[in-house]
Amino acid sequence: MLLLNCPWCGPRDETEYHYGGQAHVPYPQDPSALSDEEWAQYLFFRDNPKGPFAERWCHSVGCRRWFNVIRDTRTYEVLAVYTNSEPRPQVGAGVEAGGSR
Amino acid sequence: MADLTGLRRSPLDGLSADIRNGAAGEQSVRLLERPWLTMVSLRVDPRSEAARRIEQVLGTRLPRACGEVTSQDAHDVLWLGPDEWLVVSQMGADVLVKGVSDALAELRDTGAAAHAAVVDVSANRTVLEISGPSARGVLEKGCPADLHPRAFDDGTAIATTLARIPLLLWKVDPNLFRLLPRGSFAPYVARWLLDAMQEFTPDRPALRGA
Ligand SMILES: [Zn+2]
Repeated sequence: MLLLNCPWCGPRDETEYHYGGQAHVPYPQDPSALSDEEWAQYLFFRDNPKGPFAERWCHSVGCRRWFNVIRDTRTYEVLAVYTNSEPRPQVGAGVEAGGSR
Repeated sequence: MADLTGLRRSPLDGLSADIRNGAAGEQSVRLLERPWLTMVSLRVDPRSEAARRIEQVLGTRLPRACGEVTSQDAHDVLWLGPDEWLVVSQMGADVLVKGVSDALAELRDTGAAAHAAVVDVSANRTVLEISGPSARGVLEKGCPADLHPRAFDDGTAIATTLARIPLLLWKVDPNLFRLLPRGSFAPYVARWLLDAMQEFTPDRPALRGA
């Protein structure tokens, strides 16, 4: 069980949240200009690193806000929690660059 | 509009015979339903002029932090999110909604923006009260939030779950909690509570047809 620190509500059990997959996947500037392959990349392909991973969570039974978490996928350690308006903290960024798909 | 209040039934109408006084003494715990409280949902940017006008109508500040409850004679305002509140009030919902809407219309008349949503949601939830020295012990059987006094202050309210049902949990004082589940979940929550209370209320007959 993860204990996640909601930026608005503080520490709550994982059961209060919903998982939203990889963070920082921008919507394409001009979706109609993409090839099928590029569109498929945007829709379906996500990183799957062994180590720190920036992902989205929603505090669905609490304040219902989305926010970002950097979690180590090996240890489940939560390395950082930050709101959507904050830049991604530098924690663990180097390790993730080597992530495989 | 015709007065329909004589026809309405609370979500726990069918359970009223089961929800009765608990045992007395040091272990005591009891459950009550307080139906028909006015509830109004508010959404507004807390930094806006519209928020300031709403605060004037309510006669109290909108809480700015999770857990905080602000009160004025007739209203309690619960924090639900950074731009979302629930007003629980003794006042009629139509009076309250009109009061806020009029204040916002007045602001709009000055040419200012007044982006806000004010909705009567009184039929959305019902209120259960669990009280007595064992109330916290009963809730702790099924609530993932930390209810210890060091983490959960008197006079605060949080959105969490009880027995996996999302609800608002409002700690009025150490021996009195209010639970605000949605109406359709209320019978389940009440039955779950009656069952969880049983060890503290040995005289209570087993639940009928639960
Ligand atoms: Zn939250």
